[in-house]
Amino acid sequence: MSANLPKIRIRDLHKSFGTKKVLDGVNLDVAQGTSFVIIGGSGSGKSVLLRCILGLIIPDSGTIEIDGENILTATDKRREALRGEIGMLFQNAALFDSLPVWENVTFGLLARKRLKRPQARDHAGSILAQVGLDPSVGDLYPSELSGGMQKRVGLARAIAATPDILFFDEPTTGLDPIMGAVIDGLIVDCVKKLGSTAIAITHDMASAQRIGDEAAMLYKGQLIWQGPASSLMHSGNAMVDQFTHGRREGPITMELRK
Amino acid sequence: MDMLLNLVAGLGRGTLALIRAAGSLALFALEGLSHIVRPPFYGRVFLGAFLETGFFSLPVVALTALFSGGVIALQSYTGFAQYHVQSAIAGIVVLAVTRELGPVLAGLMVAGRVGAAMAAQIGTMRVTDQIDALTTLSTNPMKYLVAPRLLAGLIALPLLVLVADVLGVAGGFTVCVMKLGFSPNAYITSTLNSLKAIDVTVGLVKAALFGFLIALMGCYYGYNSKGGAEGVGSATTAAVVVASILLLAFDYLLTDLFFSQ
Repeated sequence: MSANLPKIRIRDLHKSFGTKKVLDGVNLDVAQGTSFVIIGGSGSGKSVLLRCILGLIIPDSGTIEIDGENILTATDKRREALRGEIGMLFQNAALFDSLPVWENVTFGLLARKRLKRPQARDHAGSILAQVGLDPSVGDLYPSELSGGMQKRVGLARAIAATPDILFFDEPTTGLDPIMGAVIDGLIVDCVKKLGSTAIAITHDMASAQRIGDEAAMLYKGQLIWQGPASSLMHSGNAMVDQFTHGRREGPITMELRK
Repeated sequence: MDMLLNLVAGLGRGTLALIRAAGSLALFALEGLSHIVRPPFYGRVFLGAFLETGFFSLPVVALTALFSGGVIALQSYTGFAQYHVQSAIAGIVVLAVTRELGPVLAGLMVAGRVGAAMAAQIGTMRVTDQIDALTTLSTNPMKYLVAPRLLAGLIALPLLVLVADVLGVAGGFTVCVMKLGFSPNAYITSTLNSLKAIDVTVGLVKAALFGFLIALMGCYYGYNSKGGAEGVGSATTAAVVVASILLLAFDYLLTDLFFSQ
């Protein structure tokens, strides 16, 4: 394996739902250890792209490689093992509401038998501390937590198994700006500490710049721009500029009627 | 001509949709069953589903059986007294309860109680991404969510029906002895004489099938629900309605299979 092999490499990825083309030839390289931010409007296929890499959605054509291995042609067992190396923070945290927080956090470790049940409660406490939560939160149920706390628990669950790859699906959506900044800070800390490769999808520009090293914009199923996240606000690309500055007029016209 | 074509096309579309639905349900059922026998097993989830299906359904099933046994006794009395064959009532009650009323009424009650709850719970997990989250945490949702519930339905309902059988007979006994002045000893003797192992056994076989069907419908509609609160609502309705109809249809088929001469 060459040293500059990208951690995640996607080529010509296509996915349609019925007649609607959601991904229309996506090419993407994410280098080991970088934080990659994908921006794009609602319904531009950002979530579908992440779900394809996770194996939750099977794309129509194209390749997705992790460490040079095409996950779409891998055996079920191998795919499951690869999936075990990915941690995901869902948009609304997607915590299991029938289980207490500690069991949510250690769910993946218990499932993979990397942890025994009697030790799980204490272990959850140490992971919760990493996301700035008191270990006593472990005994609460998700419905008893605020949105910001749920996101933190979701982040704790995603990093619990120290994954190589972390995905964040709109990590700051639904949070106030300060809590958004706090979550972003935690994400950056966690990614750095684990040395993980991260992909975040968002339409929050402040968050994109805080989390990302690299950035790209998805529009109509294709990546139309890619560059350093720091240049998001002055990319020189008319479509990206319209999006990042939230202008009504520009090359992107909202299709209100579908 | 156009109208006729539209009619045929509509009929064809409907038939295709029905076949597709039946196929996907059958695949879902087979996959769920296959996970019951393949490790890892989720004992904790099974225990929860078993308690919910069996133990917590006891009060409603018990009351249903008690009143149904009583009403059968009362109704048979009005008919039988005219011909002075009141002594047959105990036999009628035990036959009706063990063969039909026990499994069917317990099944319908559990469909309303547990099938709906399963559909709502799994449906909510689907629309809030919890099922996808399971997959990302190295857990197969069919194995974790569906298999334990199917097994719980399969085992819990026969046990509930045993209770319903006893209480249904007790309901008939209570009405006959307290209200109609029967001798308790004669009623019990007559019940025991009419009690047949085959009736109880077939009732329990029915119950196992019904329990499986109820859990299957709850899981299937919940698992495939889409689009937020409304989707979960219609999944819940469909789970209860389809389970109830299938239950009655299979009840007829099994009765025809075992009891028609």
